[in-house]
Amino acid sequence: MLDKEEIRMSRTLLDIKNLHAEIEEEGKAILKGLNLSVKAGEVHAIMGPNGAGKSTLASVVSGKDGYEITEGSIEMDGADILELDPDERAKEGLFLAFQYPVEIPGVSNINFLRTALNEIKEYRQEEQISAKDFMAMVREKSALVDLDPKLASRSVNEGFSGGEKKRNEIFQMAMLEPKVAILDETDSGLDIDALRIVAAGVNKLKNENNAVILITHYQRLLDYIVPDFVHVLADGQIVKTGDKSLALELEEKGYDWLN
Amino acid sequence: MAGYTEDELKEELKSQEYEFGFTTDIESEKIPVGLNEDVIRIISAKKEEPEWLLEYRLNAFKVWQEMTEPEWAHVHYDKPKFQEISYFAAPKKQYESWDDVDPEMKATMDKLGISMDEQKKLTGVAVDFVMDSVSVATSFKDKLAELDIIFCSFSEAVKDHPELVKKYLGTVVPSTDNFYAALNSAVFSDGSFCYIPKGVKCPMELSTYFRINESGTGQFERTLLVADAGSYVSYLEGCTAPQRDENQLHAAVVELVALDDAEIKYSTVQNWFPGDKDGVGGIFNFVTKRGICHTNAKISWTQVETGSAVTWKYPSCILKGDNSIGEFYSVAVTNNYQQADTGTKMIHLGKNTKSTVISKGISAGKSQNSYRGLIQIHPKADNSRNFTQCDSLLMTDECGAHTFPYIECQNNSAKLEHEATTSKIGEDQIFYCQQRGLSEEKAISLIVNGYCKEVLNKLPMEFAVEAQKLLAISLENSVG
Repeated sequence: MLDKEEIRMSRTLLDIKNLHAEIEEEGKAILKGLNLSVKAGEVHAIMGPNGAGKSTLASVVSGKDGYEITEGSIEMDGADILELDPDERAKEGLFLAFQYPVEIPGVSNINFLRTALNEIKEYRQEEQISAKDFMAMVREKSALVDLDPKLASRSVNEGFSGGEKKRNEIFQMAMLEPKVAILDETDSGLDIDALRIVAAGVNKLKNENNAVILITHYQRLLDYIVPDFVHVLADGQIVKTGDKSLALELEEKGYDWLN
Repeated sequence: MAGYTEDELKEELKSQEYEFGFTTDIESEKIPVGLNEDVIRIISAKKEEPEWLLEYRLNAFKVWQEMTEPEWAHVHYDKPKFQEISYFAAPKKQYESWDDVDPEMKATMDKLGISMDEQKKLTGVAVDFVMDSVSVATSFKDKLAELDIIFCSFSEAVKDHPELVKKYLGTVVPSTDNFYAALNSAVFSDGSFCYIPKGVKCPMELSTYFRINESGTGQFERTLLVADAGSYVSYLEGCTAPQRDENQLHAAVVELVALDDAEIKYSTVQNWFPGDKDGVGGIFNFVTKRGICHTNAKISWTQVETGSAVTWKYPSCILKGDNSIGEFYSVAVTNNYQQADTGTKMIHLGKNTKSTVISKGISAGKSQNSYRGLIQIHPKADNSRNFTQCDSLLMTDECGAHTFPYIECQNNSAKLEHEATTSKIGEDQIFYCQQRGLSEEKAISLIVNGYCKEVLNKLPMEFAVEAQKLLAISLENSVG
């Protein structure tokens, strides 16, 4: 285990500086000078009222079309990623667990993941994974989130329940082993048992070499995945940062007292 | 299938000496442009046809002269000038050497994973490979001969099996059927003939690729396939490689006859030159394909259409016998300025007849893609059933997808289902794939292949793999 000194020395995996972003078509500013620095081994929670820009932050970091970055920078593991396409960012080790996972009819989960994994490996000039090793990996990782292995051969997210979709996201995260994982409201729509399972999965996946960013409305999730830092995002900026107790305080008082 | 594949065949051939000579002296004459009775007589004479076939052609010509070109299809093009076409042209222009082959075409074939040898054959280059392919084809023929299966060019069939040709020619697509069928019946150049004897299950996929002396697909191709009682055959037409031709108009006729308890599976991959990005050039593909099913027989059409500037094509089934089954599985892709009007007709005549139609249209660029289908239930077709599913996928804001489903039901015991969807390829789907590490092109390819899965699954394995790649190539840079 690392001691505190080493953690402080550990490398910064995601570094967002003075980020300004607007919706392209409307020219409406959403992020207004956001700063966030995430080091290896850390878990950060981002909370905030509706419309504060939490999901926009996830979209902008992962490179989704439709946003213009007007100012600021995003670096991942020391390298500027603003010019990279979404798939290149993914190949560099960024993962986004979607709030609303998308269905892809006719494409099996397994085929999808194997294609993704091999694309990533090719980019990193690593050897492609064999069918046998891949299937072994699927079995191991699906057990991590208690995902029915049958779902692995069904079409991506098609006909999955809300809870299954969220578990499938964490299963994919387990398969792709990202450096930085952003979980966008992964807890929404989950009952307490499913929440426990998902949280347990994430806890098993986090280690001293990766980082997890949880975007959430509820402190409930943070009972299971304990964050090192809690940030409050309001009107496009991080307005307050604290430890886990901040989440409890927010739960009690709401966001109004911060203004 | 009986586990005999193309690869095994090649393997077997390695140990054999090449025992056949070259076919030489390719016909290189052309007769003057234009169409009249004399031209038809010349064609028939050059092919040394019997009198009855000349009569057949001349009758068709008379009928054709009375007809006008159909205009009901949802396509727009300059009508061919029929008096400016040469109706007996030499085999299509072949490349002198490999260096003359269009680099773009080579690149496409590389992407499709077509071997160098096969590429040369497809482009008509390299004698050495032709030699090889002749030997392959000949051994292939020996295998078929053991089972009394006839598989040869149409001209050979006219010479060697005139009674069979005479018995079945024009019985499914009469020369009066439509403008292009009549034209084809008058001037057809060559094509394929296949006969499967009673009770024989053809042990391998029959592919035109293996046919001897094939000089490229003709302009007016004629195919006749007869499966005698209780037999089975799977037939592959076309290939995924891009095909160019100096002839702009192609009007083929395909007739399938499935006698009692027979089954025919007919798969097509069509990739004719579609014209350039601005819609200049490209093949007009006006095809009449139809099969007739006798009692308990089954005909299954599967097609992947990606080429041609204009496509007009409706592979259909006449379900004449009781308990017969017709199926149509189609993927039609249009990009740039391509236009396709394709679909099927299922004519239910017998009792307890069943038909299934699965059509997947994909429109990209500024193209127009139409599904046109007719389900016809005749008064005596008790308890007949049809299921139609007709999906359209739009890749851009400038393309069009159209559906013209017709249903004519004259029997109250029939059960008909029709499902249709139209969707635009989801930016959310593409982004989701990209976020998992797939490039935009890979993402589109994956999504489109998923969308077409039900149809691609119906193709023979090797064909399906090539077809998947073809779809990806046809849709490169197509999202807008």
